[in-house]
Amino acid sequence: MFHTKTLAELSQLLTSGEVSSVELTQAFLQRIKQLDTDLNSFITVTEDQALAQAQAADDTIKAGTAGLLTGIPFAHKDIFCTRDIKTSCGSKMLDNFISPYDATVVEKMSQAGMVMLGKTNMDEFAMGSSNETSYYGPVKNPWNTQSVPGGSSGGSAASVAARLTPAATGTDTGGSIRQPASLCGITGLKPTYGRVSRYGMIAFASSLDQAGPMAQSAEDCALLLNAMAGFDRRDSTSIKKDVPDYTADLNKDLNGLKIGLPKEYFDTGLDAGVAEVIDQAIQQYKDMGAEIIEISLPNTHLAVPVYYVVAPAECSSNLSRFDGVRFGYRCEDPRDLEDLYKRSRGEAFGAEVKRRIMVGTYALSAGYYDAYYLKAQQLRRMISDDFTKAFETVDVIMGPSSPGTAFKIGEKTSDPVSMYLSDIYTIAVNLAGLPGISIPAGFSNNMPVGLQIIANSFEESRLLNVAHQYQQTTEWHRQIPDAFI
Amino acid sequence: MEWESVIGLEIHAQLATKSKIFSSASTAYGAEPNTQACAVDLGLPGVLPVVNKEAIHMAAKFGLATGSNVSRHSVFARKNYFYPDLPKGYQISQFELPIVEKGEMEIELEDGSTKIIGITRAHLEEDAGKSLHEDFHGMTGIDLNRAGTPLLEIVSEPDIRSAKEAVAYMKKLHSLVQYLEICDGNMAEGSFRCDANVSVRLKGQEELGTRAEIKNINSFRFVERAINFEIDRQIDLLESGGEVIQETRLYDADKDETRSMRSKEEANDYRYFPDPDLLPVIIDEAYLEDVRKTLPELPKEKRERFISEYSLTDYDAVILTGSRDLADYFESVVQQSSGDAKLAANWVIGDLSARLNKEDISIDQSPVTADMLASMLKRINDKTISGKIAKDVFNAMWSGEGDADTVIENKGLKQITDNSAIEAMIDEIIASNPQQVEQYRAGKDKVFGFFVGQVMKASQGKANPAQVNEILKQKLSS
Amino acid sequence: MSLKADDVKKIAHLARLNINESDIDDYATNLSSILDLVEQMNSIDTSNVTPMAHPQDLAQRLRPDEVLEENQRERFQKIAPATENGLYLVPKVIE
Repeated sequence: MFHTKTLAELSQLLTSGEVSSVELTQAFLQRIKQLDTDLNSFITVTEDQALAQAQAADDTIKAGTAGLLTGIPFAHKDIFCTRDIKTSCGSKMLDNFISPYDATVVEKMSQAGMVMLGKTNMDEFAMGSSNETSYYGPVKNPWNTQSVPGGSSGGSAASVAARLTPAATGTDTGGSIRQPASLCGITGLKPTYGRVSRYGMIAFASSLDQAGPMAQSAEDCALLLNAMAGFDRRDSTSIKKDVPDYTADLNKDLNGLKIGLPKEYFDTGLDAGVAEVIDQAIQQYKDMGAEIIEISLPNTHLAVPVYYVVAPAECSSNLSRFDGVRFGYRCEDPRDLEDLYKRSRGEAFGAEVKRRIMVGTYALSAGYYDAYYLKAQQLRRMISDDFTKAFETVDVIMGPSSPGTAFKIGEKTSDPVSMYLSDIYTIAVNLAGLPGISIPAGFSNNMPVGLQIIANSFEESRLLNVAHQYQQTTEWHRQIPDAFI
Repeated sequence: MEWESVIGLEIHAQLATKSKIFSSASTAYGAEPNTQACAVDLGLPGVLPVVNKEAIHMAAKFGLATGSNVSRHSVFARKNYFYPDLPKGYQISQFELPIVEKGEMEIELEDGSTKIIGITRAHLEEDAGKSLHEDFHGMTGIDLNRAGTPLLEIVSEPDIRSAKEAVAYMKKLHSLVQYLEICDGNMAEGSFRCDANVSVRLKGQEELGTRAEIKNINSFRFVERAINFEIDRQIDLLESGGEVIQETRLYDADKDETRSMRSKEEANDYRYFPDPDLLPVIIDEAYLEDVRKTLPELPKEKRERFISEYSLTDYDAVILTGSRDLADYFESVVQQSSGDAKLAANWVIGDLSARLNKEDISIDQSPVTADMLASMLKRINDKTISGKIAKDVFNAMWSGEGDADTVIENKGLKQITDNSAIEAMIDEIIASNPQQVEQYRAGKDKVFGFFVGQVMKASQGKANPAQVNEILKQKLSS
Repeated sequence: MSLKADDVKKIAHLARLNINESDIDDYATNLSSILDLVEQMNSIDTSNVTPMAHPQDLAQRLRPDEVLEENQRERFQKIAPATENGLYLVPKVIE
């Protein structure tokens, strides 16, 4: 029953010799084989490499030079370049792409001695909130396989929720870690922009993208962030700032903690069942000695419109490199250069990716730049300033991660805008570059509800502390869907 | 109708950094295709740019040397378009906030006057790769070694009024970037190339005409020809009732004409926006002060120093400071030849430059090095050889027959300075030409030249001319 | 903001995307509704607001001018659709 254990617990079992990394790895590989056919949370399972890494980890453990994460299996979202392993980004465009290099995050996890089980499914190029835009088919929510797991890191969220892997990496551009974590009932952390290197992480929107850990608990996220975070000379936007031990503050008590509740996050759009769960969680914090303060983030309603200019603009340019010339999909027998570009891209990008490329192309084109892109950059400043002001009076901000629980597969695919609005509570955090975490806080109609906690830049330790304290007094994060116990 | 042409140049100078502007791959020229294109240059999924410090430093040097404003805050932007030599589908360049703005260059015109050409801006950007059109089964081959090489694009104001002025400005910049050691100036390898914006308007008219942009001209000669062709084309067009369209044209050197490029224009919407992978480049006063300290002596300062320190004419000083290599060569000759600057200048500007031009080689390839020329000048000064014989010595050195002393020794070119030997020759010549002696004594001074010629002939040019003159005069009048 | 079929075609061309004729109307509808969403931005006056291009208000870090990369052509071209003699091949480029 290793699969019910947290990273911290597995780590102890490995060091004490009660289990070897190879045994652990085999157990999880076995679970993936048995249980993922329907769930579809993995695009690639790297059994041979995993077992080789596990063997090496066991040697390290025997030699007594192991770290806390040595020998622990996990999975990477298929957005991270992994040397000599297929890196698809959920797209037909990269279905044949064997990365010639490792992302910095991949290198760091390997150096920590972790064992990669495989690459998880995701929305194509991370564009989606339901994992339905993946070329490899939708991922199912382990709590109800008729429902979506959220997205874009839906494969990572579902595989952790189903305990097919103890942990996984994700990336978050507008909520892609926090929203699926919320919908799948796991813990997912988006760090401060610049905290984790973006090198080798296939870019969606460069000024918003940030990688982070997804796991069962805040403590596990802290352990993973210790390995993931840090300055990288290959990323100009990586911050040269010491990485603290994110586990150090986990046990600080929350007495006197000032929690801000933005009134805009509890507005009409919020599902009543979700609201009730969030209220209970807030009550729990009150009981732990926190002070609740109502605040306002007046520009909240503009976050989605601003995001759907900034992200498409950046993605329209970031995805120009997929042109059928140096790597990736190339159409059959191109007539001429233009045909090569148009058909390769037309045939290999899915509808949502094309939509966003076109929105971005339009927003940046001659005559529209000021009205769209520049305007969005100005509002981005105003949204960011709202947070700056809020953090003058509160330590953390809390609210729902998502306005509802997991919706049904196919429910929102025909209306992109209604899908976009499901990220309404997470998007502003990316625009401001702040860290945010989603933790399981209960259920509504038998589907998990996530509580989002937002902190000021580089205050991941505080976020993890606040989340961990809640998990010390609740069991929501320990819940496993029946079919996967 | 009298027409006036209005020309602005955009010059692309490849910066002489070791590595690329956004990656650590080598910029060396001539490598096997795609062996110097790293993951970043290829635009692989997930890679990111990091700015090369030296490229910023070089741009700042250029800015200071042209009296420009070096921006305290400049921003890299993406210029989006699809082309196979552009791996990412965008070029990282600078748009709204370039690193250098508002400078100027002074050029000398043919009539000796000077003119100021404004520099609108100079911005940093990455070069593209190369398309090779030799046939690969009807396909084009792409080499991305050059992709990511740093370029400084120097944009002039439309202050230029003729092809000649354009060339003068371009030469001036070419010399400057080499003085600053920020570009090797190698035009054959494409390190320094030019786009020209050309329009014409009626003299006196204020409004500018529609311009055509001539792309990628890679020699001074072609710039002059391409601009002249384009001016004539536009005037012909307008005079015959036609209209100039704004377009990009290519100069075809073989046919000596410009022709329209298959119109890229329709899709010419570059969708510039700040590159979100990069942050603003911030430069402070202290940094600029440090850069200022590393600036070498610039052409104008050097010219003034040459005039005052070496008593050269303005004309000689302009030529000698035309390139840093030539100026360095000249100074090295002066220093090593005990300081006769006028003599050194005459040789460098005269015989040496003529020979370099004739063989179309640059000064650093000269077979006669500064040391060799200096030691030859020493032999002129100590009267071992005459100025005339020196020409033979120079030619022999050029053809690889050794240094000056070796040539003089081997060829027996040492000057005859022995008075009695010269007297003996003169006596013989006077004796055998009584008629001419008669004429001279009758007042026909011109005949004197005849005697000198005879003596030089008899001595095979080795008799010291001054001594010959003196002795002849004395003997003929006695 | 309502985009017409022609607008979609123009944008798709600029982005070098082949769109099936039968899908054009769908794209026009969806893109228009996204632009409607986006245009909520116009309700706010931003005339005195400095644009924010990036979440971190920092200066670009500069890299020393060193050559650190080695030739990896073989590795990189193994994943390329078409190469010959070390060159990437594309349909003939006409200038």
